[in-house]
Amino acid sequence: MSTTAVSKGAGSKFTPHEIMGLSGNEAAAEALKQVNPDVAAVFPITPQTELMHKFAEYVANGAVDTELINVESEHSAMSATVGASAAGARAVTATSANGLALMWEIVAIASSLRLPIVMPVVNRAISGPLNIHCDHSDTMGCRDLGWIQLYSEDSQEAYDNMIQAFRIAEDKSVMLPVMVTFDGFIISHTMERVEIIADDGVVRKFVGEYKPENYLLNAQHPVTYGPLDLPDWLFEHKRQEVQGFLNAPEVIKKVGREYGQITGRSYDLLENYRMDDAELAVVALGSTAGTAKAAIDELRDEGVKAGLVKIRCFRPFPGKELCATLGRCKAVSVMDRSFSFGLEGGPVFNEIRGAAYGAGLKVPMVSHIYGIGGRDINVTQIRGIFEGLKKLASGGRIETVENYVGLRE
Amino acid sequence: MAAKIYGICWHGRGGQGAKTAATMVADVALAQGKYSQGFPEYGPERMGAPVRGYTRISDAPITIHSSLESCDAVAVFDDTLLDVVDVCDLLAEGCPVLINTAKGAAEVRKSLKLKTGQKVFVVDANKIGLDEIGRAIPNVPMIGALMKITGLLPIDSFAHDIEKKFGRKFGQKVVDGNNRALKRAFEEVKAG
Repeated sequence: MSTTAVSKGAGSKFTPHEIMGLSGNEAAAEALKQVNPDVAAVFPITPQTELMHKFAEYVANGAVDTELINVESEHSAMSATVGASAAGARAVTATSANGLALMWEIVAIASSLRLPIVMPVVNRAISGPLNIHCDHSDTMGCRDLGWIQLYSEDSQEAYDNMIQAFRIAEDKSVMLPVMVTFDGFIISHTMERVEIIADDGVVRKFVGEYKPENYLLNAQHPVTYGPLDLPDWLFEHKRQEVQGFLNAPEVIKKVGREYGQITGRSYDLLENYRMDDAELAVVALGSTAGTAKAAIDELRDEGVKAGLVKIRCFRPFPGKELCATLGRCKAVSVMDRSFSFGLEGGPVFNEIRGAAYGAGLKVPMVSHIYGIGGRDINVTQIRGIFEGLKKLASGGRIETVENYVGLRE
Repeated sequence: MAAKIYGICWHGRGGQGAKTAATMVADVALAQGKYSQGFPEYGPERMGAPVRGYTRISDAPITIHSSLESCDAVAVFDDTLLDVVDVCDLLAEGCPVLINTAKGAAEVRKSLKLKTGQKVFVVDANKIGLDEIGRAIPNVPMIGALMKITGLLPIDSFAHDIEKKFGRKFGQKVVDGNNRALKRAFEEVKAG
């Protein structure tokens, strides 16, 4: 399902690329192929299945020399990945929703052992009732398990984030596993234009050879992974994990800049879209950020000073950067594609409001929850959110903090 | 001013190739230097159930990732859908709807809720599929007919994608049959 079309002409300062029509799953599989990891543990779950299916084809036809392990569950997938990573291999797996839920126990162990695993997570609603479509309840649910989380707007970003994830995870000052997320079906199964780095060698050079420092298969320097860690040391070890997150933002920004030097596509923790003079802003992550951009373009044509802050890196949470931008606005909506039950407003909203309190922000801020279980969110609905923000900006009261978009009531 | 996005809504029944058509047209548009998306509206996969596919094409990058809110052309792969689905619900005024049917345009027109200036086109894509490919799979002839009435992409630009999509899986005979079906539907589509 891929088209090779024109490349950027000779004389471009960027590395040559191919333009391909790829789904998000295919784009992520393409990135994995180019990186050529040592070990991949695979288990199918909709809507991720096609990703590792595609990658398994690359293994079968010899495009990579990855050791592919077929496992019997996601718990085993993450366990095998942890084992391989601790042994000294560059190891990956992929999952969605209930697969992520089943591997939960080992997801936390991977980060606590400081294993630089990379895992695409194709966002899907956590059951139940059973639903195979997109929301962010899966990855938001594990936001405190110690993984870096990069959210992708489209197939291009899924590809780009996958490549950068290895550099970020394996940086000696970070040494944390990275989840690269993209929206189930909306991105994973939509074919769209993706620029692929033409030369696999360029990707492999960018990612670099993986040189583990302390690993189980090094007989010269025996180490132990995962021993008993009682009250006398666990606190200190968790504090070290915190340090990885404190160091991560600079690394993520540096890797994003360097990636931009090669491809022309730079990455930061956030993307500010038409925010320079914005009075009304929405905050979004994932594919909805792109739909919001289209709504904002329309509003700008009509003279409304609308803007978007897209969160690319949700963990570590870029609270300071968010407040620096949102502080200049007159009203803000934070869009959440999941609930935080028992808490007023979605998880992203509450994190931003917490950061805003620390930064002394006085901007009226509301939560809009949308898109649960794959419920569509379109330009008209996002324009509706801005209509509400107009009222808040002109002195209107916040009637309800937690609002729903596209819900039948 | 945002660039115009051309939207196509494909209606079929599971197994008729609506998704393949949606992505094939998007893929060919890419090869023509445009920006595009092709995607199905996903539900449980059931052979014979009504399904929709969508295509977006533009000269500028497309950031929208929702279903289409309106479209510029509709293609219906099965005339038994007309009594079940409002196939023109997203179709903008003055735009064409193409139906795969052995009936005349005047007859199928009665089953459609048409708005101002919307035109009906018909082609017997099942018969063309049977004659040329040996199976009543209407997707490639429907693409041919739609390209005729919209002028969206040159008909010759599809040969490469047909080869890529069917060549390895089904062989040269199926590729040749699809190419013939594409061109025959391009010629045979009739205005209502």
